[in-house]
Amino acid sequence: MSMPFEEHDYIGLSETPAMENSEKLASKGLNLKATELRLGLPGSESPERGNGLGVLKGFISGAKRGFSDTINGDSGKWVFTGNGGSDVDLGKNGALFSPRSVNGSGSEGTSLKEVVPPSPKAVHEKKPQISAVNGHGVAPAAKAQVVGWPPIRSFRKNSMAVNPPKSDEDAKLGSGCLYVKVSMDGAPYLRKVDLKTYSSYMELSSALEKMFSCFTIGQCGAHGVPLRDGMSESRLMDLLHGSEYVLTYEDKDDDWMLVGDVPWEMFTVSCKRMRIMKSSDAIGL
Amino acid sequence: MAMGKGYARAYYGTEHATAVQRKSSAHLLISGVSNAYTLEVLRVFGNPILQVLKGLSFESAMVPDPKRCNSCKDSASSRDSPEWTRPSPFPDEVLDRVLSLMESHKDRSSVSLVCKDWYNAERWSRSHVFIGNCYSVSPEIVARRFPNIRSVTLKGKPRFSDFNLVPQNWGADICSWLAVFAAAYPFLEELRLKRMAVSDESLEFIATSFPCFKSLSLLSCDGFSTDGLKSMASHCKNLTELDLQENVMDDLGGGWLSCFPENFVTLEVLNFASLNSDVSFDALEALVTRCKSLRVLKVNKTITLEQLQRLLVRAPQLVELGTGSFQQDLMPRVYAELESAFNNCKNLHTLSGLWEANFLYLPVLYVASAGLTFLNLSYACLRSNELANLVAHCPSLRRLWFAVIIVSKTEVLDTVEDKGLEAVGSSCPLLEELRVFPADPFDQDIVHGVTESGFVAVSRGCRRLHYVLYFCRQMSNAAVATIVQNCPDFTHFRLCIMNPGQPDYLTNEPMDEAFGAVVKTCTKLQRLAVSGLLTDLTFEYIGKYAKNLETLSVAFAGSSDLGMQCVLGGCTKLRKLEIRDCPFGNAALLSGLEKYESMRSLWMSACNVTMNGCRLLAKEMPRLNVEVMKDDESDDSQADKILKIASLETARKQM
Repeated sequence: MSMPFEEHDYIGLSETPAMENSEKLASKGLNLKATELRLGLPGSESPERGNGLGVLKGFISGAKRGFSDTINGDSGKWVFTGNGGSDVDLGKNGALFSPRSVNGSGSEGTSLKEVVPPSPKAVHEKKPQISAVNGHGVAPAAKAQVVGWPPIRSFRKNSMAVNPPKSDEDAKLGSGCLYVKVSMDGAPYLRKVDLKTYSSYMELSSALEKMFSCFTIGQCGAHGVPLRDGMSESRLMDLLHGSEYVLTYEDKDDDWMLVGDVPWEMFTVSCKRMRIMKSSDAIGL
Repeated sequence: MAMGKGYARAYYGTEHATAVQRKSSAHLLISGVSNAYTLEVLRVFGNPILQVLKGLSFESAMVPDPKRCNSCKDSASSRDSPEWTRPSPFPDEVLDRVLSLMESHKDRSSVSLVCKDWYNAERWSRSHVFIGNCYSVSPEIVARRFPNIRSVTLKGKPRFSDFNLVPQNWGADICSWLAVFAAAYPFLEELRLKRMAVSDESLEFIATSFPCFKSLSLLSCDGFSTDGLKSMASHCKNLTELDLQENVMDDLGGGWLSCFPENFVTLEVLNFASLNSDVSFDALEALVTRCKSLRVLKVNKTITLEQLQRLLVRAPQLVELGTGSFQQDLMPRVYAELESAFNNCKNLHTLSGLWEANFLYLPVLYVASAGLTFLNLSYACLRSNELANLVAHCPSLRRLWFAVIIVSKTEVLDTVEDKGLEAVGSSCPLLEELRVFPADPFDQDIVHGVTESGFVAVSRGCRRLHYVLYFCRQMSNAAVATIVQNCPDFTHFRLCIMNPGQPDYLTNEPMDEAFGAVVKTCTKLQRLAVSGLLTDLTFEYIGKYAKNLETLSVAFAGSSDLGMQCVLGGCTKLRKLEIRDCPFGNAALLSGLEKYESMRSLWMSACNVTMNGCRLLAKEMPRLNVEVMKDDESDDSQADKILKIASLETARKQM
């Protein structure tokens, strides 16, 4: 063989073809060691699994956080704490997760639906750490994005990623969680709750009142119902069940319904979002 | 003829036996004969081997010498030897009849090595050719050797092209093959292509050049669009199969389905599950109605439940069904009708699709699930308890594919998905194949995925398990040892611990002993994919014990050249080796010189091989195709990706 090597110019050498849209997706499902975009569990997933989530531990503080807390100033990239998401989200107790990490490297599989650009360039094939995972405090930057890993066909990756439920992003039928948006008339921002974490209307109500009590403190009701200082726990409940506010939800048929009529299970399945309405607006339900 | 086949198998075997064994079998076959009238008998009853045993008379001394047979394949010169040219002991009719029962290409290869007559008989009788790598042989050579081919299976790109590791426009274009086939095989009926580049022009060429064309299967191919499908639908009057799986193609709309003419009734297999566009439901319904032989129907997710019900009513004879979207608000009446439609499908044994399956509607499947043998839930996104409920109704399940579902953070983290697998272990004792894919998290929640305990649970309940593909986030050596002890019959063991280089999560040790246990216990192992933190010890085990291994996939593993050397030296049956991101260098690469010719292909990427190493390899082994693909940014001396294909050609022609 005289000329063992011929040069061929491949188009798009090792770059991800545009049609696959995999850059966006690669950072989601492919490589779960995405460096900048991490979902950190407060005090949970032990970094000895080498996923470096410990970096984010410091962000978890206190029960209530505003939007600003979720943004880490690093070139506008979102840092999601706990179960993150673009909306502020607190679990029941303000703590985002049970601190115990059972599944060693499970959390490093966190990934985001709304990946805020720029996602890490998925196409560069950097050599990841092959050497032994040394455990604690491996910085996320050491785990580079890896092309083609885990080895899942593009088609399957793409299908899964574009396979969210047809209903809007807030509710997912038949899955392990049911996050729904909760709005309150007059409140500057919405909240999100996971309906699966509650087993009755009572639990839901008390959770909601905790969430929204900050908005009602000091507020003078539009109907002239003055609010007491030092809001008691039951006050919002009274408000919700009394004349001031009404808890409603939008079901799968896009109708606005009064919360409480149907059995709890049926409610969780059919609820897409909730709205704490002023009772004056609730005429007609 | 089942009995005939059985006999053929017993004598020729399904393994790639040596010619010596063949000779012994042939000897047995031809002893104890009486007269030739039984030739008529076998034509009538079609049970040739049995009749031959009773009937025909031959000299047993006519069987070729075994030593000669072994050397037949080595060089052309031996074909001049008297033994090779000695006439076959069988009359041609008998041999042809026997050969017509043989379908395995491995068996046929063995037959062709026995002697010249058998080689000729085999090549004239072969109707299906399997080409595992399109660059291992040219279409001209294939056409010259096999004059009567009706069906071709072709595989093209290296498997790692599925994961974006192969550059675009690498090759594996079908068009040069089609040009040869059009001339040599005008009666070609079937093409089954995997990882080939197929253009719309090629599809049109197929549709217009082969009047008998019946069956097209495209798996992981790329380069075509729905326009090409229009050509197929419009021109192939005898089409029985159109099977499209996971191709990278341009979906320009569903109009192709409407291109089947109204008098077209021959379709038996239709799979367009991987396409995204709407098709005309009326056209689909009409097609399903008039194709009475339809047995496989896999629609895409634009088809609703209500539409599915209407299709099922038209085609209760279906054997394999891929549903569309399984999420829709159904009126109770429609729900009942859907359940009734499933109830009427008495032959259903494969179910897939179930996109976005709403757990409320899964129960409609229960009426049909007792007979299910293959359930593909990888796009269904079921929760563990939903999976558990469903598999509880599938006691006959042999194959199960599913994807791990996201769970809520507040559930117990380590066992939720595993619970689904536990249910599988207890409900499906006949399970032979399990594939667990990681779900793509598209919400804010943490994905926990399955752990080793799910796998162990399945292995306890499903002792016949022999094929597994398992993506997980944690694994331990002890768990794997338990698993293979429960299921020692693994032929395919593909374990992907998703974090590269991750050790045993309990002991923090490498996962060497896990794969050691696999290769020591599972003596029938043909395919292995390793992951986790692995030293050279893993590969020492593999080289020492995995004597039946044919395919090995390695990523982020090994400590030195020794690892790869052990594999190349020890795994005598190795055909495909794919390696990425491992510290194997030139010494390892060059240690396999003798091995590469008997292997189909070797892939190495992101290892420590240099250009000089590749040049040396190419120089030493001129009959190998050695190809180096370089990434732009890399060092000149570093060979980023190497692909070696054992080939009858001296250079891979760029298509």
